Amino acid sequence: MNLEGKQQIWKDYQKEIADDRYFYARSCIRQTFFPGSEWAYLDIMKNKLAKDVIDDPRHTTCTGIGYHSDIVPAETIMTVVARHFALMTEAGYENMTPSCITSFGIYTEILETWHHHPEVEEKIREFLWKATKREFKKPRNLAHTSDIIYKFRNEIAAQAKYKLVDVHTGRPLRGVDHIGCHYSKMFPTKGIGGAEFPAVLSGMIYAWGGDVIDYPERRHCCGFGFRQYLVMANRGYSVANSKKKFESMQPYEPDFIVANCPGCAMFMDKWQYTISEMEGTTYGQDGYGIPVLTYEELTALVLGYDPWEIGLQMHQVSVEPLLDKMGISYNPEAKFKNIRGEDIGVPKCPTYLRV
Amino acid sequence: MINFWGYSISETRSINYDTNDKSMTEYIARVVPSSKLCIGCGGCTAGCTAGNLTNFNIRKIQMLMKRGENKEAKEQLQKCMLCGKCMLVCPRGVETRKMILEMLNYIKTKLKS
Amino acid sequence: MAKVIIIGGGPAGCEAAHQLANQGIDVELVEKNNETGGNLNNWYQLFPDRKSAKDLNDILKQNLNHPKIQLHLGMEPRKIEKNKEGKFLVPLSDGSLLEGDSLLISTGFKIFDARRKEEYGYGIYENVITSVELENMFYNHSIQMVNGNTPKRIGIIHCVGSRDEKVCNYHCSKLCCITGVKQAIELRELLPDTEIFCFYMDMRMFGPGYEEMYREAQEKYNIKFVRGRLSEAAENLNKQLQIKVEDTLVGKPLRMTLDMMILLVGMESSEGSRQMADTLGLNLAPNGFIKSQDPHYRNNNTNVEGVFVAGCGSAPMNLTDTLADARSAAMSIMEYIKRI
Repeated sequence: MNLEGKQQIWKDYQKEIADDRYFYARSCIRQTFFPGSEWAYLDIMKNKLAKDVIDDPRHTTCTGIGYHSDIVPAETIMTVVARHFALMTEAGYENMTPSCITSFGIYTEILETWHHHPEVEEKIREFLWKATKREFKKPRNLAHTSDIIYKFRNEIAAQAKYKLVDVHTGRPLRGVDHIGCHYSKMFPTKGIGGAEFPAVLSGMIYAWGGDVIDYPERRHCCGFGFRQYLVMANRGYSVANSKKKFESMQPYEPDFIVANCPGCAMFMDKWQYTISEMEGTTYGQDGYGIPVLTYEELTALVLGYDPWEIGLQMHQVSVEPLLDKMGISYNPEAKFKNIRGEDIGVPKCPTYLRV
Repeated sequence: MINFWGYSISETRSINYDTNDKSMTEYIARVVPSSKLCIGCGGCTAGCTAGNLTNFNIRKIQMLMKRGENKEAKEQLQKCMLCGKCMLVCPRGVETRKMILEMLNYIKTKLKS
Repeated sequence: MAKVIIIGGGPAGCEAAHQLANQGIDVELVEKNNETGGNLNNWYQLFPDRKSAKDLNDILKQNLNHPKIQLHLGMEPRKIEKNKEGKFLVPLSDGSLLEGDSLLISTGFKIFDARRKEEYGYGIYENVITSVELENMFYNHSIQMVNGNTPKRIGIIHCVGSRDEKVCNYHCSKLCCITGVKQAIELRELLPDTEIFCFYMDMRMFGPGYEEMYREAQEKYNIKFVRGRLSEAAENLNKQLQIKVEDTLVGKPLRMTLDMMILLVGMESSEGSRQMADTLGLNLAPNGFIKSQDPHYRNNNTNVEGVFVAGCGSAPMNLTDTLADARSAAMSIMEYIKRI
C-alpha cells in the first residue's frame, strides 16, 4: 500500500470545522451502550482542550432510529431536528456537533434537502412554530464530534499520557478504523478524507503513534441497518456483515477496532460474543475478542483516563489485552465496582469468548 | 450448540471464485470449446421448451458452471428435454446440446459432491 | 500561397499536414513536445492487426519531411488572434509569430486520471496499473507483479473514467473495449497459464475485425468475460486485489482475488483542446470535446470560420478514424482556402 496515494486523496477531502463554541447533540445508542463515552468527550473538550461546549438537557433523540425503520415520517424528523437547531440558536451557538453518525447523516441530508428545496424548509419552520412557537437559524458549521477530535488530534497527542504503541516491544499498535456508513457514503465531501479512504479515525491513530490496517472489507457496512437488526428474523444477515469484516481483518492481527458510529461500535463489540456462542469462533489473540472502542474512549485512554471511569467494563469484549499493551495500569478488582466502591454485578461468563 | 437466538448467521450469496471448484468448467471448455463463445444474449433461453414451463435457464446454468457454482447447475440440468432449439438459435454457434450432455456426464461421473 | 497552421502533432496533425502539403499548401505544424506522435508514442501494438505502433508513427513522421511543412517542436501557441483580413496570428512560446489563412486544431485527448476512481485504488495498491502502463510492459516483454512474481490471475477493468457520471464523464471512450481484447490476447501470449478476465458493461466492437477479435479472444485465447462493473478493489496481505463485481448474467455478486488489475482508462478532452476552445471561442460539446458544426456533413468545421478540428479533439476515435478524419479535415480546409 502506498500511503502517499492516500494522502493525495485526503488532501482533496478536507472540510471546515469550527474552532470553538459547539452545541452538542447526544446519541441514543452511545449513551446507552458506552455510558462513559459522551461524558469523556465533554470532559476532554472542556477540561483538556478548554473549549466551550453546551450540552442542553432539553435536546431529544433526532428520531433517526424511527425514521430509518419507517415509523417516523420525514416531516416529523425534520421538525425534531429543527427544534434542535432552535435550541442551539436560543443558546447563542452556531456550530452543531452531533455525537451519532446516524444523526450526522440526517442533519446533513436535511440541510441539503432544504438547500435544494427551500419550500420544504419553509414548511418545517411553520410546523415548528405551530408545535413549539420556536424559530431557528441553520447551523453555520456542522461537524461530527469525531471531526472535532480529529481537528485537535495533535493537541491531544501533545497531552498524551500513553501512546498507541506496545510498551513491551515498541511496535505501533494496529488499529482498524471503522467509519459509520452515514458519515461520508451519502455525501463524500462532508467527510474528512472522503468515502473510500476516510481519514477521520486513521488520522487519530497515526497522530497517537499507532498504525492503521487497510484490510479488504474495510469499507463494508457493519450490518447495523435499523430495520434489519430491529427485526429478529433479519438479524442473521445483519450479523453476517460484521462476521465478514472480522474474518477479513483477523489475518492482520488487529490490536483494536475504533469506530465513530455508536451503532457500529456496539455491533462489533456485541456480535463478537454472538458469533462465538453460535459458531465457537473468536477473532482476537488467545481466545479473546478484538477490543472495540469508541473514538472518545480511545482518546480518553491516550489522555490517561481511568478505564473503568470511562465505562470500558461495559464492553462485551475485554479491553484488558489492549490496556496491557499500552502499559495502562488498572485495578482489576475495581472493574465491576461503582464510584462508591459498591459491586455493580459481574456479567455471566461467555462459553467461548475469553474475558 | 443450541440456537436460542431466534436466528442464525446468514451465508453469503456471493460467488467466491477463489474457493469454488472449477474442474467442471475446465472440462467443458476442453470438450466443448464452442461453449466459451457465449455472449449471454439469452436467445437459447427465450425459446427453451423447459424454460417456458420451469425455472430452467440454460444461459444462466452454463454461466454458473463457468464460475464454479456447480450445485445449482446440477439441480437444474435434468429439466432439459434435449430438443435442440437452443442450438438452432445461438448466434455464436455454441453446441449447447453437447454442452448439456457433457455437463450431465461430468456430474454423473466426476463431480465431487 | 495559402498557409495552414496546425496545432498539435499527434497522428491527426501529422496526417493532415502531409495531405495539405501534397496539395501544395504551406503548413506550419506546432507541437508542444519535442517529438511528434502524441499518445501514439505510448503504444506498443495497434488493434486489430497488431501492427507495431512505432512503424505507423515512423510513417507519419517520415511524411513530415516535406518542403512545404515547417515543424515547430517544443512550442506552444500563445494568445491566438484573427485579424480583420481573416488571417490567424499565432505567437509561439519562442517569441516567433506565425500567420496563416486557416487553423487546424488537432490537440487530441488526454488519458483519464485513474486516481479519480478512488475505489479502484490506483496509486495506492501496488498491482493496479493502467492500460497505458501495460503497453509499456509489452514493450519490454515482461509482465510482473511489483514483487517480481508472474501474475496467476489478471483482471482487465473496462470503462474506467468512461460512461460514469461519478467522474462527470457520460461519454463512451469507444476504443477501450477493443484495447482490452487486444491486451488480453497479448497477455495470453506472454502468460500461457494465467487466468485472464475482462469485466465489462457492454462489449462495443464497432470496427472492422473487432468482433472477430473478441470471438477469437474467447475461443482461441481462453479469455473470460464477465459482464459486471467493478464496484471496489482492496488489497490483501499478499498485495493481491480483492475485487467485488456483480456477475450480472448470473445475477449474483462475485468476489475474486487478482494478482494484477489493469484499468482501461478512457479519453477526455485534452488541456490543449480546452485552451484552444478558450482562446478561439470554440463551442464545446457537453462531454468537453470540441463541438463540430454538424455531425455528418461539416464534422471538421467549428463554429469559428476558418478554424477546423481533426482527430480526438472533437471526440474519442481510434487511429483508423483519426487518420480518416485528418484527411477529411484537409479536404475541408482546401475547400475553404479556395473560397477565400
